[in-house]
Formats: sequence, C-alpha cells, structure tokens
Amino acid sequence: MKEAYKETTRYGMVIDLDKCTGCGTCMVACMAENNISFKEDETNKLDSITWMRVYKITNGRPYPNTEICYIPRPCMHCEGSHGHPAPCVSVCPATATDQDPKTGIVSQIYTRCFGCRYCMAACPYHARYFNWWDPVWPGEMEKYLNPDVSPRMRGVVEKCSFCHHRLQRAKNKAYLEGRREIREDEYIPACAQACPANAITFGDLNNPEHKVYKLKKSPYAFRLLERLGTNPKVYYLSRKGWVRRAADN
Amino acid sequence: MKLDRRGFIKFFTGAGAGLMLSPLPWKLTDDISIWTQNWPWTPVPPEGKVTYAHTACTLCPGGCGITVRKVEDRAIKIEGREDHPVNRGGICILGLAGLQLLYGPSRIKSPLKRTGNRGSGRWEKISWEEGISELSSKLSELRRNGEAHTAACILGSDRGTTGHLFSRFFTAYGSPNVIRTPSIQDTYEITLALMHGVEGGTIAYDLERADFIISFSSGLVEGWGSPVRTIMTNSLWKGDPSKQRARVVQVETRLSNTAAKADEWLPIRPGTDAALAMGLAHVIITKGIYDKRFVNKFCFGFEDWTDKSGKTHMGFKRLALEQYSPQRVSDITGISASKIVALGQAFAKATHPLAVCGRGKGSTAGSVYEFMAIHALNALVGNINRRGGVFQLRESDITQWPTVKKDAIAVRCGKMPRIDGAGTDQYPLARHLLNRFPEVINTGKGYPIKVLLVHDANPIYTMPDSKAVEEAFSRIPFIVSFSSYMDETAKYADLILPNHTYLERWEDVPTPIGIPTPVLSLARPVVKPQFDTRHVGDVLITLARTLGGTIAESFKWDDYETLLKDTMGNRWNALKDKGFLEDRTYGEASSAPTFSTSSGKFEFYATRLSRTGIKIKNDIECLPHYEPISPMGDSSTYPLILIPYESIRIADGAIGNPPFLTKTLEDTVLRKDDLFVEINPRTAMKYGFSELQYAMIRTPRGKIKVRLHLYDGIMPGILAMPKGLGHSAYDRFIKGKGVNFNTVMASAEEPVSGLDATWGIRAKLERV
Repeated sequence: MKEAYKETTRYGMVIDLDKCTGCGTCMVACMAENNISFKEDETNKLDSITWMRVYKITNGRPYPNTEICYIPRPCMHCEGSHGHPAPCVSVCPATATDQDPKTGIVSQIYTRCFGCRYCMAACPYHARYFNWWDPVWPGEMEKYLNPDVSPRMRGVVEKCSFCHHRLQRAKNKAYLEGRREIREDEYIPACAQACPANAITFGDLNNPEHKVYKLKKSPYAFRLLERLGTNPKVYYLSRKGWVRRAADN
Repeated sequence: MKLDRRGFIKFFTGAGAGLMLSPLPWKLTDDISIWTQNWPWTPVPPEGKVTYAHTACTLCPGGCGITVRKVEDRAIKIEGREDHPVNRGGICILGLAGLQLLYGPSRIKSPLKRTGNRGSGRWEKISWEEGISELSSKLSELRRNGEAHTAACILGSDRGTTGHLFSRFFTAYGSPNVIRTPSIQDTYEITLALMHGVEGGTIAYDLERADFIISFSSGLVEGWGSPVRTIMTNSLWKGDPSKQRARVVQVETRLSNTAAKADEWLPIRPGTDAALAMGLAHVIITKGIYDKRFVNKFCFGFEDWTDKSGKTHMGFKRLALEQYSPQRVSDITGISASKIVALGQAFAKATHPLAVCGRGKGSTAGSVYEFMAIHALNALVGNINRRGGVFQLRESDITQWPTVKKDAIAVRCGKMPRIDGAGTDQYPLARHLLNRFPEVINTGKGYPIKVLLVHDANPIYTMPDSKAVEEAFSRIPFIVSFSSYMDETAKYADLILPNHTYLERWEDVPTPIGIPTPVLSLARPVVKPQFDTRHVGDVLITLARTLGGTIAESFKWDDYETLLKDTMGNRWNALKDKGFLEDRTYGEASSAPTFSTSSGKFEFYATRLSRTGIKIKNDIECLPHYEPISPMGDSSTYPLILIPYESIRIADGAIGNPPFLTKTLEDTVLRKDDLFVEINPRTAMKYGFSELQYAMIRTPRGKIKVRLHLYDGIMPGILAMPKGLGHSAYDRFIKGKGVNFNTVMASAEEPVSGLDATWGIRAKLERV
C-alpha cells in the first residue's frame, strides 16, 4: 500500500446513460443525505433545490422513432483549464466556494456566502441553487436530519458537494486505523451508492486502479458542454450518437 | 474646555480613524453576517451515537432489504442492504423516502372516532380500549343477529402472517369476505391454475439469465415486480458498453422508460397484446422452430385432440395457424406483418427467450386469456421451469397454525357466498374480485355489508370509478381503517385504529412477486413507535379475545411477536439474526418440469375450464386467444382513448407520494396543481391544441381539467395520464396535486375470470 498522500487525487464520476432508467433514486438519495429542504410546491424548477437533477431529453424525432434519454446532473466539480479555476470559483467575491487542491472537490461554505448569486449566473450547468425561503420540515421530519450536513438558511447558495462529509468520515476511519489512504469503495456519494441501475461510478479519475479511470477512457465517454473549457469531472457514457451530440461538445 | 471648529473636526477624525484601526467594525460586520444566517428556526441536527439497523421494506411488494442509519433514537437515512439477495445494496426512490412517511404530518397519532360527517375530518381522540370495544361491540352485534357474513375486510395483500391472521380471524368470526386488492398476482394465479394446475402459485421470471425478452406492456423499470431487482437486471442486460448480454423488446402503446431502455420499442394499439402473442405463436409454429421436445413431451392441447366421448377438440396449433396470420394480427395490433414474422423468429431462435406479462407496475389484474397467450409463448420455446425461463412458485405454507375453531354461527355464515362473487359458480376461477365490490354493493344484488375493515389498502383512492366506489362505501354503516396515515379511506372511516408504520413493527415479508428464488425477509422495529399506535396483529388478537368463545380460542397467542416467532418455528433464530432466509437451491434442481393439471402436462388447452361449471361454448374459450376488451364509451362521441401510465417517481398504491418524490417530477407532469396529459403533436394539432394549453378531458365517467404536454412518444389518438396524483386526503404536500386518474376511469370485467381487464377508457378533448 502506498503510504504517501497523493496530491493529485481528482474525485469524479462516470454515469452510464444507457443504464440510467430515469428512476430518480439518485435525486432522493441526495435529498435524504444532504438535508435538502422541500416546499409545498416544487414545480417551479428554477427555485426547486435539487443538487442532483435528472434531465429528460428526446431525440426530437416524431412518433414512432422517438427516443428518450435521462441525464443525471450533479455539480460537475469543474477543474477549469489554462490556469483558470471553475467558473463559479472565479466569480465568488466571498471565497465561499473554492476548489480543494487535494481532492478537486468544489466546496460551498454556506456561512461565508452572502447570496450575491454570481456563481449561479456563472455556472453553465445550473447546478447551483439559492435558498429563497427558510427551510421548514413539517410534522416530525426534523428528526431525520443528518447531523453530518448543516441545514442551510435563507439567503445562501447551495450545491452538490460530492457528499464531502462522507469523505471526511472515510478519512477519519482510515486515520483511526492508521492508514493514510482510503480505499476506492470507502468513499462514494449517496447518489452513486443508491443507484439501483449501478449507472453511477465514483472514484479517483487520476488513479489507474480505480474503475472511473478506465471508464472515462471509453470511446463512448463524453462530458457536458466540453467546449466551454470548464473541464468537468463528471463523465457520461452512451452508445447512442444523438445523446453524445446533445451534450454539445 | 472650549470646543472650536478645528477641535471638533480633529476629534471626530481621530475617533473615526481610531475606530477603524480597532477590530470593532470588522467584528460587528462579521457578527451581523453570522446573525443574519443564524435564525433559531434553522434546525441544528443533534449529534450522537451512529448505529445501523437492518430490516425489510414493505412499502411495495418488492421485499427489499434495507439498512437504516440512526443517530441515537432518530432514523436518519434508509439505504439498500448490501447483502440482501433481492436488491443487493440497491434501493428505489420510494424506499429512500420512507422516513418522510415515518415522520410525516399525515401520521395518525392515536385511535380516532369520527364526530363530524363522513370525510369531514372531524375526529375525537379515543383510547385503544374504547376503540377496540367499539369495534368488538359492532362485530358481536352482527353475530347476535346471525349475520356475521356481513362483515368484510379489504387487504393490500393476503400473504404473510398478517394476511393469514385476517383470514383466520374472519374464518373464526364467520365471514367469507376477506378481499385482496387487485394485482397481477390474481391473473398469475389463474393462469398457473389453468395451464400448470398449480393452486395459489405465482409466476417468477429468471430475468437475469434470459437473453431475449419480449415484455408485453410490463413496466420492467417502472416499478414492476421487485423494482430494484428489475432495474438492476436491466443494467445486467446492457453489460458493459462493448458487449451486450440480452436483447429486450418492449411492446407498449407509450414510450415509457422501459420502452426507452429496451433495444426496440414496438408501439401497439392498447389492449391488443394477446393478439400479438398469438401472432408470434403463429410464426413460430409455421416456421417449425418451437421446442418440439418440450411440446411433445410436456404439453397437452397443442395438437387437436379427442376426448373420451370421441369428440375432437381444437388444439393451440390449429387456432394459432387458422386465426392469427401475421396480416390479421397486424390489422389488430398496428404492428407490421414483417415485424411480427421477424420478431417471432428472433424470439424462438434465442437461447433463453422469455415472454413477460403483467401491465405497468402490475397493480391492475388484466385479462387471463392475454396472460395465457403470452405464457403459451414460453411453453412453445420450452423455457418453463428452467434456467433463464419461467418458474412456477408455490406459496410456501408458512402458517402451521392450529385449526380454527368455529361455532355454529361461524360455520353457517362462513358458508355464505362471497360478496364479490369470487369462487362462486359464476366466477369459479378468481379468489378475490374487489373490482366487483362497488357494483354489487350499489346495485344491492348481494347481501348488505355492515362492517368493513380496511388494512394496508386505500380502495377509495386506488379503485377505478371513484364516484361509484365512494357511493358503495357510503352504504356501509361502519368502516374501520387500520392505516398509519390519513389516506382517503381512513378519512372516510368511522373508526381508525392506526397500525405502526413498517419501520416500527415486526412483520414477515414473503418472496416478492417475480423472484425465482424463495426469499423470506423480516421487517423489524428500527425505531420505537412515534405515536400511540398498535400493531394490527396485536389489535386482532385483542379483538378476538374481547369477542370471546371460539374466536378467542382460535387466537391463543399473547401478542403478534409471539405469534410470528411460533409461526417461524425453528427458522426464527436464523431469520432474526440474519434478517432473511434464502433458498438458493430452488430453480436449479427442477430440471424436469412438473405440472399438476389433470393431464399431468402443461395445458395449452385448459381442460380445467370445462370442469369449473363455466359455460364453454367452443374450444377457443379453453385456449389462449385474443378477446377484445372494449374500453367504455362509443367512438363517435369519444374519439380518443385515455390510458394511464405509471411512473416509478409516483407511488400510486395505498401509500401516498412522499414530498421528495413529488419534487422529482418534471414540470411536464405537474405544474402548480395542474396535471399534464400526454398527447401526440399530430393529435393535438388535429384538435387545435398546443403545448401547455388547458383542456377538459371528458370520459363516460366524468370530466377533468388538465394541461396538455405534446409528446412524440405516444401513439396518435391516445391520451396518457399519470397514476398516483390528485389525492384528496393526506397533508398539504400530497393533497390536491393533479387529478386522480380513477375519477374518470371505469373497470371492465373479463367474463371468464371476473377480473378487471380494462386498460383505458374512451375520451374526448374539450376547450376550457
């Protein structure tokens, strides 16, 4: 086992769209894990907080040649390119969002955020959401809140953290067991863990021993809006040409 | 000291500069930003000791193993259990949202007695003793009057100890009326009884090892069978992108998610699946590519045959050849003849072909002849009871309980015909016909029902033709609900004796429908009861004791937990330790198929039908065939057809959709409280409607105001509407969102079985 801490860890995801059935389990896994609030009416998708959102696209052809595909969209944890960081990171005046150089995870510090929403405007993936209202958990539902993730207050932006608290948990465990490195299966986000189709694979994109390393090299692999140079760490797989073309890259 | 102008300016400049150099303004700014975000009403979840508890999910019949993450005594999150043979770590969207049900505002917190008008929502809190004595006095009264049979009960499922306990209670009490909620299980049972000669069995598909699957409108990834298992299998079929393990053809009117994931989507006119199955049989027989060894050795009624009296009967082969030519089938189904020929050949030539039936999620029964026609395909290719094929599972007899003691009333009233007609001379095949219940009550054809118990079911919401259902319920003077949540039926009840939720109670979970290896799981309390609720099993035991006599003698257990332990016998310890018991040997060993029909073979020609007392006019009625079930309404007034569609993101059974699930719905399904109905752009153009436009849909059963979503994935002339929305009960997160499909739907009875075989209703679009 390598003892040295790898500086170059880059956590990322590969989502197999041919396997994804659009069941939405990842969305709810995320909501349940990350204390995401809900309102009486969540049909206005502009103010509906879904760190993980599953989009439905069609090939645009008429009946009976219509095809549909679902695209789960977490935060892409953009790596940026040419020395520029992720679009959201570079615009944040409060340094509330930053990229961890050790893991590549783009963080969001709620207590630093003062709600200017520049990051939301900058994000080409609509992965960021603003808390327009105070969260309210009806009935006894406050009981199910996860102490590992702080509930957000009105006036701040939030987004997918790749379940960063799970990384902390895995690191703590490894530390207690005297290990410097965590195993591939010790840290996976809630969505990847829950997916009944096993469509989401998570791991270190830089580690040749991790599954994601091989998967991202597939000829069917692509990323969303690659030509913007955001350099996302979420890859997709699809054997369907029209799906890959729809990603606009 | 005199303060001149210069001094004044100096003082304030100095003070200002001094202040700015001090940490005060920065501290204050920081405090303000913290303070503005530190509202006391933003909860801070308390930390504590983290534990994990294994149990089984019973929100649907899928029977998945789940692990609940707990912090102290709070349940934090539900995850799939890694080592459970059904779901192997996976979990579905509803299972994940289970804590919203446990802690949700719709929970019923104590026994309630109605004080206002029915459905008005005015209740009086009562004690358990009052609640049980109220029910027992009503039940004793019926017995005193010698009309014990006028008590009835509607169950979600009759499987497991709870289901058996209800049956036992009613046997001891003296009523035959334990009615199960309709599902494909009804149709599977009858199909197996007719073709395999197996009683109360169920069909299981070895989906994992099949390599060519034709799914006849089954929503394999929409929540059919055990949802996690089928979604996992779907991924297994895809393999890794370089190699594919199975080919899937989805026969369905609408481009569902299953159709989208399939290798081929074959749009078919709704309700004509049986014709396609017969057409495929025609092709397979014509080309001579059926499994001759299996058909000759293990099947009866394939060729024409002669009975003892010397009369010649038509066999399946002649029927398929004479009446289901690809051209004729093409005319019925709308699928081209060449496609039918190609599909039939590809199917029969595959190594492990499999034809799957059971519409959508399997929450409606469907037509027995259709199931027989599809099942006949499996027999033609010889994949019955073998690897990658179809297995017949016999329900394991879990209840080796002492014989029920019956007094004179129980014997006499227990012999009365069932109110729903199941098992009577008219409907000898079916065991449960809840679909007939409203009509029988409303027309007064049978005896009146005076006390109705409802457990694990929400018939007022889930049954078609809501108006008729509500009318039937209004004629029942005393309704008792055991629901944990304030659902439509509970809201309409006179007395609510709330059960623990699935995370607060013991329960055995039998093998999920469709799984080829028997798995018995155990649901156990992972949190202590949140409210003043009681296990329905305990309530039944107490009730039996209160009623006394032979009823009490039939219920000698101390409580439900003891009963469960006794019932499981020597399996209990292993079951309690491990959480599930699996019989891995099943399915592998049964190399030679065994059939219990009178011929001892698989019967294409169901000889049993002629023995049941049903009037058989010709041989075709004993054979699998296409029998059109016309949707209600005439085509000139109602030119369109409205069909329901099911989504895994909407819980459309007895459980209301938790808020998390509603949140995942696209805004082309629900927007504010408006429901979207899917329509083909060509049809919309024909009637002059456009995307997002409001419209009135009128069916022979009623009218609803909806919005239209133009969708290319639906056959022209069809309207498709999601099931599971439009609740009129529960809390503000569930109630009033969209429209309940059942308000405009009617059931249509299949004559031979009495089952609800409907698949849609005629409709027209009107402007609003």
